[in-house]
Amino acid sequence: MSVLDVAAIRKDFPILARTVRDGKKLIYLDSGATSQKPTSVLDAERNFYETHNAAVHRGAHQLAEEATIAFEKARQNIAAFIGAQANDLIFTKNATEAINLIAYSFVNATLKQLRGEALPAGAERFVLVEGDEVVVTEMEHHSNLVPWQELCAKTGAVLKWIGLTDDGRLNYSDLTTVITPRTKVVSFTHQSNLLGSINDVAKITAAARAVDAIVVLDACQSIPHMPVAVSELDVDFITWSGHKMLGPMGIGCLWGRSELLASLPPFISGGSMIETVTMEASTFAPPPQRFEAGVPMAAQAVALSAAVDYLQAIGMDKVASHEHELTKVALATLGDIDGVRILGPTDFTDRGSAVSFVVEGIHPHDVGQVLDSLGIAVRVGHHCAWPVCRRYEVPATTRATFYVYNDLADIHALADGIRQAQEFFGSN
Amino acid sequence: MQLEQMYQEIILDHYKHPHGKGLADNFTAQVHHVNPTCGDEITLQITRDPADGQKLLVSYQNQGCSISQASASILFDQLNGQTLPTGELAVGHLVAMLQRMEEPNEEILGDGIALVGVAQYPARVKCALLAWMAWKDAAIQALGQNQATVGEK
Repeated sequence: MSVLDVAAIRKDFPILARTVRDGKKLIYLDSGATSQKPTSVLDAERNFYETHNAAVHRGAHQLAEEATIAFEKARQNIAAFIGAQANDLIFTKNATEAINLIAYSFVNATLKQLRGEALPAGAERFVLVEGDEVVVTEMEHHSNLVPWQELCAKTGAVLKWIGLTDDGRLNYSDLTTVITPRTKVVSFTHQSNLLGSINDVAKITAAARAVDAIVVLDACQSIPHMPVAVSELDVDFITWSGHKMLGPMGIGCLWGRSELLASLPPFISGGSMIETVTMEASTFAPPPQRFEAGVPMAAQAVALSAAVDYLQAIGMDKVASHEHELTKVALATLGDIDGVRILGPTDFTDRGSAVSFVVEGIHPHDVGQVLDSLGIAVRVGHHCAWPVCRRYEVPATTRATFYVYNDLADIHALADGIRQAQEFFGSN
Repeated sequence: MQLEQMYQEIILDHYKHPHGKGLADNFTAQVHHVNPTCGDEITLQITRDPADGQKLLVSYQNQGCSISQASASILFDQLNGQTLPTGELAVGHLVAMLQRMEEPNEEILGDGIALVGVAQYPARVKCALLAWMAWKDAAIQALGQNQATVGEK
């Protein structure tokens, strides 16, 4: 018996009523890539455009006022979802942009320092010199790896990483050697999008704090799936995306410690992030506006706020235990199939609901194709975490990810589909 | 199942028993192509035939899905020892067939006409084209070189 009434939840998601590939019922197991959207989220976006649409934070007509109020109320609601203050929440295009915003803060502070310009108080922590170190982990999504590689290439800093154990966990014994007094920033994922492992934030943060490094947490795979509270994490920045938590595409979030945000130079500049502008120079607005140049995605913020309401109505504890249950069954059921190897932890402590696997003798693309022909949508490939595939010496994997609208029947369909793929390719 | 239209028996045969797989020790040009969305890879070498420098010998090593593997094996059958114009005609026809702009022509593509089912799955078209694009790249590079082999593994 599930902790959630999945049948009732499924009715809230119009797309789940459609069929695919010649009338097959859609079984959506790719929420790790993007989640489906409930009617309330779609309605919120539509309602904004139908009744309040205006460019926010400019103009004084009634619609502009209403749109601005709706936008800022959304900010408040989304911030409260992780126990944060509204002014510490910045909207970005997606989580990738949020991580780039931080990486570019280091670039911009470093450039200012090189030119001998005065830095705002606190910004000196963002200045990098040759030989400073940036730390990530071997399980990062490319979005939390490539921006740091780029930062290192621009500044002469050195990229280091915490490795992985054979069972899909971070190798915490690396911490003492990888994090050193030269470490200026430690950026890591809360939960691996490929392996499903949930990382020990406190342990990594403690090592980073000991050397006064900035701590960035990529929460793309955690905030949609479990209760996350800023106050319990003690990190400096948190990044996540809206579309993976039932919200619309085109909006990501960056939470930052207010004193750090206040010290940061802007990333993207232009309209509405300024205080004063002359032909020669400009001064900048305080956060969050300083980091939100241009007309922001107000309709998407309002819709993401509706997604937060939807998740809160279910309860994040229940979301987490529902997915935990599904993951347990998936690991057991898939693990029972001859020739199926699961990548990532097979125990259930600190284990999220991404289940990656390889089927002996069948390339993941071909597994995915057979599943697709049965109406089952999974992700195949390297999942934007190519180094993880290299670490476990597989070219790619097939990945199933679960959410509030999935049930045990979906998992049994997946297992049957894998057996059909084995039959089709004659590998078993 | 619609699947059989893409995974025709002949494709699965090439996949399970690929023709010509393995790298040469000496070659005129070598390229490495990847499909970055899924990680499929091919290293393809062209060696200009010492007797007739317009004839291009093919060797390759690859990893990836059944479609990309079968497609490379078919390419070997069709293009090993062929000239650039013959190969370009085949590549052009394969692309057009996968975009449903030309009917499959067995004279040009041989077993490659069995790849026609891939046209129904736009996400897999790149898998079918990977080896052929690598061939075109390597062939042009090889013809830009002197006749002697210049590379070593």
